Amino acid sequence: MPKIVVDPITRIEGHLRIEAKVEGGKIVDAWSSSTMFRGIELILKDRDPRDAWAFTQRICGVCTTVHATASVRAVENALGIVIPDNARIIRNLISGIQQVQDHVIHFYHLHALDWVDIVSALKADPAKTSELAQSISDWPKSSTTYFKAIQDRIKAFVENGQLGPFANAYWGHPAYKLPAEANLMAVAHYLEALDWQRDVIKMQALLGAKNPHAQTYLVGGMSIPIDPNSENAINAGSIAFLKSKAAEALDFVQKVYIPDLLAVASFYKDWAGYGAGLGNYLSYGDFPNDCESNTKNQWLPQGIIKNKDLGKVYPVDHKKISEYVTHSWYEYKEGDAKGKHPWEGETNYKYSGPKPPYEFLDTDNKYTWLKAPRYEEMAMEVGPLSRMLVAYASGHKRVKAVVDSVLQKLGVGAEALFSTLGRVAARGIETLIVAEMLPLWIDELVANIAKGDYKVHNGELWDPSTWPKEAQGYGFHEAPRGALGHWIIIKDGKIANYQCVVPSTWNGSPRDAKGQRGAYEASLIGTPVADPNKPVEILRTVHSFDPCMSCAVHLVDATGKELNMIKVL
Amino acid sequence: MEKDSLLHDLSQKGVSRREFMKFCTAMAAALALPSSFAPQIAEAIEKKKKPTLVWVEYQDCAGNTESLLRATKPTVADLVLDIISVDYHETIMAAAGKQAEKSLFDVINNQKGNYIAVVEGSIPMKDDGVYCTIGGRSATDLVQQVCGNALATIAVGTCACYGGLPAAHPNPTGAVGVKDAVSGIKVVNLPGCPVNVENITATVVHYLTFGALPSTDRLGRPYFAYGERIHDHCERRAHFDAGQFVRQWGDEGHRQGWCLYQMGCKGPETFKNCSVVKYNEGTSWPVQAGHGCIGCASPNFWDTMTPFYRRLPHAPGVSIETTADKIGLGLAAAAAAGVAVHAVASSARKSGHKEE
Repeated sequence: MPKIVVDPITRIEGHLRIEAKVEGGKIVDAWSSSTMFRGIELILKDRDPRDAWAFTQRICGVCTTVHATASVRAVENALGIVIPDNARIIRNLISGIQQVQDHVIHFYHLHALDWVDIVSALKADPAKTSELAQSISDWPKSSTTYFKAIQDRIKAFVENGQLGPFANAYWGHPAYKLPAEANLMAVAHYLEALDWQRDVIKMQALLGAKNPHAQTYLVGGMSIPIDPNSENAINAGSIAFLKSKAAEALDFVQKVYIPDLLAVASFYKDWAGYGAGLGNYLSYGDFPNDCESNTKNQWLPQGIIKNKDLGKVYPVDHKKISEYVTHSWYEYKEGDAKGKHPWEGETNYKYSGPKPPYEFLDTDNKYTWLKAPRYEEMAMEVGPLSRMLVAYASGHKRVKAVVDSVLQKLGVGAEALFSTLGRVAARGIETLIVAEMLPLWIDELVANIAKGDYKVHNGELWDPSTWPKEAQGYGFHEAPRGALGHWIIIKDGKIANYQCVVPSTWNGSPRDAKGQRGAYEASLIGTPVADPNKPVEILRTVHSFDPCMSCAVHLVDATGKELNMIKVL
Repeated sequence: MEKDSLLHDLSQKGVSRREFMKFCTAMAAALALPSSFAPQIAEAIEKKKKPTLVWVEYQDCAGNTESLLRATKPTVADLVLDIISVDYHETIMAAAGKQAEKSLFDVINNQKGNYIAVVEGSIPMKDDGVYCTIGGRSATDLVQQVCGNALATIAVGTCACYGGLPAAHPNPTGAVGVKDAVSGIKVVNLPGCPVNVENITATVVHYLTFGALPSTDRLGRPYFAYGERIHDHCERRAHFDAGQFVRQWGDEGHRQGWCLYQMGCKGPETFKNCSVVKYNEGTSWPVQAGHGCIGCASPNFWDTMTPFYRRLPHAPGVSIETTADKIGLGLAAAAAAGVAVHAVASSARKSGHKEE
């Protein structure tokens, strides 16, 4: 049978195409392709390294802030800048609320419609929906009248005949298993989450000036000043505001997201048997507890799990990362058989796919704008599941407690984590534990301010004339979608080389020189497809990774030529 | 009240006439209209059936889509469920693949000349458009069809307006904004990186109210949002006039909210309403959070406004009365001439205050 193609994959960020071979109602092979390229690498060349965070943040507006964070960390690492403690805490708070808000948006607005049938919600009994909602949570918006009003609103919308973004979907597909009442409850929370996300992200807007695309990052710290005696700085009023938003964030996650997640998952336990994929998990760890550059003292630990073995966590060495272009629309000067470490990377882009319009890609050869990152020659999965597994296997107490309680509530064993459903559950678990930390991080900031520590920026090396002639560094960050690394080489105060290896490049990677599949490709194998014309099952597994293709398209390599290495870190 | 009207729908879901009028008054303010226009806005919104809108994304980061999700006047749920029919938007729509394409082409074929196209992201013109394809077709090709058949196009974000980041030097993919990709179409540009959602909703409501898109300047930007300089309405303007400048991040002046001009703020040369409407329901904006403006609503700002921390050069003819068009030309001339960057602020000198 010919390949089936899903392009565009919607409810993601960016442009992703999946081609898959289906035999006997199951996927037997799959190819992941990113179909958009901007060449930000060439654009960054010769720019001021202090500006790089603003450029790289625009890699993605959904994972806004994450490339800014990785970028300032890379430059600080290259120059040996230690940021003040307040800047560390403010960055943790910005990243924390980003994680929480982004995961909730993913669950309700990007992923839910693969599991929730909106049309079926019209048949629900509002009284029974109210009973269901009250049986799983004490969230106040749960009356019969409330669900009746939501249902009426959807009814009016459907009867109007203009279905807008909900038209032509897979409603009524046999893969939808939720009872009508659960569907109605989920639709109500879809709408509530729209209001919630807008509100809680104001925490980031206060610390970051705006969202999306915060604008308070500085190499050496942050620009948002602290002074309890000023109206124009973080003061007691700002702290109260942050605390109220953090409380709203946690309340919704505890009372709506987690109960919904458990309720929905209980109807789709068979998805614990699909989508495992690679079985190799990488996390850089994040939320540093001290200010040392690339510190290992982080609230979420760094590590690697190989072949689903939770008995051993391997350390991460950034020098073992390399990128292949064997199946990517790039060329390496020394041929495409060998991978390259990011500091030596090249971005000689050369499209060799079919001339558009086309029906199929030439998947035997080059078929995507993504490179293929590998760790010790192995393909890795990154993201919330990797972070939770590494933390779990490292003995992180809170992660272990919440993971075990979720497994127990669903009545499944730890092996269920290696799956599409496991990815969905891990994202929820992480949201909860990060939301729990937000008030504590605010308290850390308060404690510093109370001691009279208002410092937000270390300006000792702000002036490029104080920099060495050449320097190189890297910065890690755990973005909502997974392990993100930026590598920079600075020469004469300018960017000589800049490379990003990002979460969706790991996950959406094509095959490498050895033909090893990337995470999406591997996880799709074995996925059932009831109707090749309506492949909702492909969406379930691909969406479980929360793809972000603008991030993933290989970015940054300013020179294309190797520099003589300066100092080896 | 007509049964198929928006107000009828709104009242069904518990929105009172009073709340609705409050919204219309807020919209009048957002559009820089006197509040006496509120009834006219209300009447227009009440009567209209939902107009169709398609939102397409090319070389984008979805930052403008995320902005849309932060909408408050009206909220995105109200927009999508009650006010307009968003028939295509890859980031939020339920359908994928073939079914998604059907949604788009149904609009193009059945509502030719009668829908609004919103474009996010630039269009790569080089090499037959291979740098962005959707469903196997190039953005270069798709944008002609989507915008060529639309009643009008709204370009959201600086990339869709002028090429933005992908078009920054050396513009590897030949990226351009919509106006340069499709000739002879009506485009309203809403630049910003990303666009402030208040300016999207105000533009949409302007269209619903007056049946036409707002009038625009030489760069295709609505006057109501891009008619004045950030500097002219900046909350820190008094410090600029008084010569009180931040000199180091975290210094006393920085903590007290003094002027960020010497730290590289581009507010004096950027035309946008940030300092008035702010972001995230008025929570903050860059200058309020202690960082200079980076000029993100200006064409080619990645090249003309960088390095971001370098003080603005002396721009000839800067005064409060200077129009956007003149400043734009002045900047281009300054860039072309490679004017020295250490020049002092003419305005500061003119107002008789010591700059250092």
